Amino acid sequence: MPLFSFVIRRLLQMIPTVIFILIVTFVLVRMLPGDPASAMLGDRARDADVNRINHELGLDRPLIVQFFYFAERIATGDLGNSIGLKVSVLSLIMDRLPVTLMLTALSAVIALALAVPLAFVAAFKREKLADSVIRGTFQVGLSMPVFYVGIILLTVFAAQLKLFPVGGYGTTLPDKLYHLFLPALTLALSFSAVLMRNLRASIINVMNAEYVDFATAKGLKSRVILLRHILRNALISTVTLFGLQIGTLFGGAVITETVFAVPGAGRLLIDSIYGRDYPVLQGLTISLAILVSLTFLLTDIIQAWLDPRIAR
Amino acid sequence: MTASTAQTTMSDGTKGLVVRGLTTTFDTTRGLAIAAADVDFDVAPGEVVGLVGESGSGKSVTLRSIMRLIREPGKVSGRVEWGGRDLVAMPAEELRKVRGGEIAMIFQEPMTALNPVLPIGVQIEENLKAHTGLTGSQRRARALELMNIVGIPAAERRLDEYPHQFSGGMRQRAMIAIALACSPKLLLADEPTTALDVTIQDQILKLLLDLRDRLAMSVVLVTHDLGVVAATCDRMAVMYAGRIVETGTVAEVFARPHHPYTRGLLGSVPRSGHSRTMLQSIDGTPPSLTALPQGCAFHPRCSFATEICRTDRPPLDLIGAGRRVACHHHEEVAAAEPIL
Ligand SMILES: Nc1ncnc2c1ncn2[C@@H]1O[C@H](COP(=O)(O)OP(=O)(O)OP(=O)(O)O)[C@@H](O)[C@H]1O
Ligand SMILES: [Mg+2]
Repeated sequence: MPLFSFVIRRLLQMIPTVIFILIVTFVLVRMLPGDPASAMLGDRARDADVNRINHELGLDRPLIVQFFYFAERIATGDLGNSIGLKVSVLSLIMDRLPVTLMLTALSAVIALALAVPLAFVAAFKREKLADSVIRGTFQVGLSMPVFYVGIILLTVFAAQLKLFPVGGYGTTLPDKLYHLFLPALTLALSFSAVLMRNLRASIINVMNAEYVDFATAKGLKSRVILLRHILRNALISTVTLFGLQIGTLFGGAVITETVFAVPGAGRLLIDSIYGRDYPVLQGLTISLAILVSLTFLLTDIIQAWLDPRIAR
Repeated sequence: MTASTAQTTMSDGTKGLVVRGLTTTFDTTRGLAIAAADVDFDVAPGEVVGLVGESGSGKSVTLRSIMRLIREPGKVSGRVEWGGRDLVAMPAEELRKVRGGEIAMIFQEPMTALNPVLPIGVQIEENLKAHTGLTGSQRRARALELMNIVGIPAAERRLDEYPHQFSGGMRQRAMIAIALACSPKLLLADEPTTALDVTIQDQILKLLLDLRDRLAMSVVLVTHDLGVVAATCDRMAVMYAGRIVETGTVAEVFARPHHPYTRGLLGSVPRSGHSRTMLQSIDGTPPSLTALPQGCAFHPRCSFATEICRTDRPPLDLIGAGRRVACHHHEEVAAAEPIL
């Protein structure tokens, strides 16, 4: 079972990654200009009040002490309480992160659903009209900023055609997916453009491989040649790109959630930055970072499954 | 050698493979490359035909053209008759059934012809799935049987392994197993034994001859090894710069080559004793396919060449039953002293 031991090895490799994430987060959050006390009390706060709050939050202790305190608590699953909202960070994150996760997953699915068939058409009609149209359209999609695409989609499909809600989030799963569709599409467009370009090039490359000729010489049905011999090999490089781009996708989710008023982790993140809500900011950064490295792991596993030469 | 089988025809009256005027060109940046020109040859049921010639003479292109595997922008014209039907003009679905089922091909490079991400077993079984109604377990059993036939040890385990886990020789055999999976009526074998050592080469060739006898399978065998031709083929065709320049039974061609190029190839082969000798290199280099010389393409390297060779291309003339040669001076060549 080379794949199994490969997965175990990759899981173990995540431990140092997580420790590194903790250190970086801790340092970054403290490098932000301003401090929570001033943010809470306003510009004209008295020094005594600021000091009292800093003391209550443990922010007057040496950084290294703060770090170990921070690491110890995180290890026990305690991410502290939000300074602004006065509730536990963990419950906030558990409330908001799944929304972002769903948005990201939905947009990844949409991006793939757009990219894979169109990449095939573009590759097989290379340098013909269909190829130019597909590539031209995606080029435009790729060069437009996410928030701009979001506003256009919002104006056309939600405000004017009233096909989708203007914002918010539902309660049942179908309702949630319905609310998330436009933001997910917004997020998916530029992502699918990147995937499509890569997959098209990759398919063209694989199509010319000898083993595709051999598969043809075996008299296989064209569906088998397309899916088993061409797509599978072509996806190997696209999966790598997919993994590398997933961080960007989370970043895009933050912006999209703001445009569509989706109550996800992205909005929470922005609020926590403005409010100097260190515990929330820390908690979110760590969760997002771990989530991204988990998707790296997942794409690695998918890749090892696609290409047996990797898992050795 | 069982040359007599060459005369038999299949009960349903098909004539095996008939290739007429097969021409394959590639539009390259340096001009039109004529990789195969006016190729004519027949392969009767149960016959083994050797196709020999220097590197780049168009042997692989000819096999690929027969299987209609030449991609755009390559162009193929001419006729390839199989069972009375023309493969060149055949509709896609009909052609799919012929490929792998009735006509199978062994590629020259097993390293690149096998799909790197699929287990060998899958690559054998998908062939069976495309052409037979066997169930999953029957396909597995047949795959196992094929692995044993081509001499891959530990077949059960190896079915689940990937090409990169196979050695060169094992890959070669795996490819032969794939090609033979559906018991084809015609096997196009592009140097099937080059990567193998002599004993295994003999085993594989014996296997092919055995299948020929049992299934009346015809074989077109591309090889550099004239010893292999002598040992396994009924008839042979010699290619030079994309054209067939001489055909005949192996015995006739070896005994009395009528083309100076064939004569050159045979030059180093001892008439008796050691049979295994690679093609002898002939002085000079083959011409560029985009700038073939006027007249006979071989004339710049030919010691028999005269004025006519520089101006007129010799046609592939019939000089006896099943014996053809394309040379203005073939009688002179045939009468010349053996080079030995
Ligand atoms: N797709 C292609 N585009 C352009 N030229 C090609 C293409 N395929 C083959 N050729 C040319 O056709 C010629 C014949 O090639 P081919 O592979 O048939 O030679 P060969 O007789 O099989 O040689 P070898 O013994 O080395 O295998 C070569 O000069 C090659 O460069
Ligand atoms: Mg070749």
